Amino acid sequence: MTAGNAIRFDRVQLSLAGRSILNRVSFTIRAGEFIGILGPNGAGKTTLMRAVLGLLAPQHGKIEVFNQPAKRSQTAVGYMPQMRSTNAGLRLSGWDFVAGVVNGHRLGWPSHGPAARAEVERVLGLVGAQALARRPLSQLSGGERQRLLLAQALVGQPRILLLDEPLISLDPHHASAVVELVQGLQRQLAITVLFSAHELNPLLGALDRVLYLGCGEAALGTVEEVITGPVLSRLYGADIEVVRVNGRIFVMSGQHDLQGDAHRRESESRHALAGTHPAHV
Amino acid sequence: MFEYDFMRNAFAAASMVALVAGGVGYFLVLRSQTFAGHALAHIGFTGATGAALLGLSPLWGLVLMTLAGGVGMGLIGERLAQRDVTIGLVLALALGFGLLFLHFYTSAATQANALLFGNVLAVDVTTVWTLVGLGTLCLAALAVISRPLLFASLQPELAEAKGVSLRLYSVLFLAIVALATAECAQIVGVLLVFTLMVGPAAAAQRLTTRVGRGILLSAMLALLAAWLGLILAFYTDWPCSFWIAALSATIYSLSSLSSFRLWRRWSVMSES
Repeated sequence: MTAGNAIRFDRVQLSLAGRSILNRVSFTIRAGEFIGILGPNGAGKTTLMRAVLGLLAPQHGKIEVFNQPAKRSQTAVGYMPQMRSTNAGLRLSGWDFVAGVVNGHRLGWPSHGPAARAEVERVLGLVGAQALARRPLSQLSGGERQRLLLAQALVGQPRILLLDEPLISLDPHHASAVVELVQGLQRQLAITVLFSAHELNPLLGALDRVLYLGCGEAALGTVEEVITGPVLSRLYGADIEVVRVNGRIFVMSGQHDLQGDAHRRESESRHALAGTHPAHV
Repeated sequence: MFEYDFMRNAFAAASMVALVAGGVGYFLVLRSQTFAGHALAHIGFTGATGAALLGLSPLWGLVLMTLAGGVGMGLIGERLAQRDVTIGLVLALALGFGLLFLHFYTSAATQANALLFGNVLAVDVTTVWTLVGLGTLCLAALAVISRPLLFASLQPELAEAKGVSLRLYSVLFLAIVALATAECAQIVGVLLVFTLMVGPAAAAQRLTTRVGRGILLSAMLALLAAWLGLILAFYTDWPCSFWIAALSATIYSLSSLSSFRLWRRWSVMSES
């Protein structure tokens, strides 16, 4: 587990369409860690993951993955993008959806040999989705499709998992199931996990450290080190108060719960759940 | 009916085109790019009438124009190419130009009719061989790129991260669609390309959840529509394109009904 550094950012400057996202940010994530990536909307959580994948080159500084410069087609990194609504209507079976990823970069007809089939079964087994995989995607719930996306990310035995907002649009019950599943995989496979989310509370039991992004800066540390008034005030560029209630943490600006607000804005259209109140996060 | 040369040619041409349309159509429906296919056919109309005006072969005018349109759409990028308004305006403009070319091309009436609605019974041997050549090229190209194309269609962000160029496969695929569209236009005309390329493929995706079976089934259903259409046209003397359009719609409706029943049966089983 203490196999050194998994991801290292060295004075990294990242911009997207002329807008500065990260401003000379440095941090090191150790192999085997469970990192929760948090921050307001547009803080650069997805951009950071795309940079680790080599899809976005830094304007300055360097990004290393297992001490090698980050580049495309790294087998060491598995990636679960944010769920796309376009896949929800597909009448393809879950098995075929996952199998499409196995050797997907190679030319040829999409048939699968014994090794590829075994890989599909392996990743489906890891996320407990063998039964789901027989049904078409259009008949699965959001949480069930989420499992298949996670299975896709595990194809090729990556040593780092980048999970972009897996909890979005999931109710609290399903959200905690996903966190438990990912934590189990992290331990079982001894892999590094970067898990971005709008809210800290669902991740509290699983994460080792928090990477909090905001205002072009980043703070990496334990919850006690990072989730404090002074650190978050710097990252939000506003006066922030951190309130702890019954083991839960609320990040408040004046009277507003910022993480809950961000979550509500994000999920408003998805489910008009009564009471996505701070008490439920 | 096979004692007639024109029926033999028609069957040969329709069979080749149906196989291509079914295979290409499966990916077109999967990628939600059916409207792009429709637009390419309209752009092709301009190419065909323009070529006729210049005294060249309409088929090659059609092929070149759809190919240019397909590659152009791919280069512009998926997001833009999927915008209904952009595509709609481009295809309306293309049809406008097609009409202008017809206006200058005096012996236009039958030519226009054949281009718009197809005239499979008038296909000659040379055209059959051209269609077989182009069709084989289409199927071969599709077979070569189908695996990364599927990956890029199902999970673009992940595919990109694994080194699959989304732009490249978008361009290659739309070039294949362009050729397939030009082929279809020879059988059912530019206005009815949907009947061979989208109807059977959409039905296949309702009937099976597996990729390989889906592609095969799509090709078989397109073949069924083409053959039955020809047979019905022979015995009724109604236009073949009408029959293919009617059969394509029927196949799709039946597939919707049957998948609904299967789903009901499945959900009853899982509840008990």
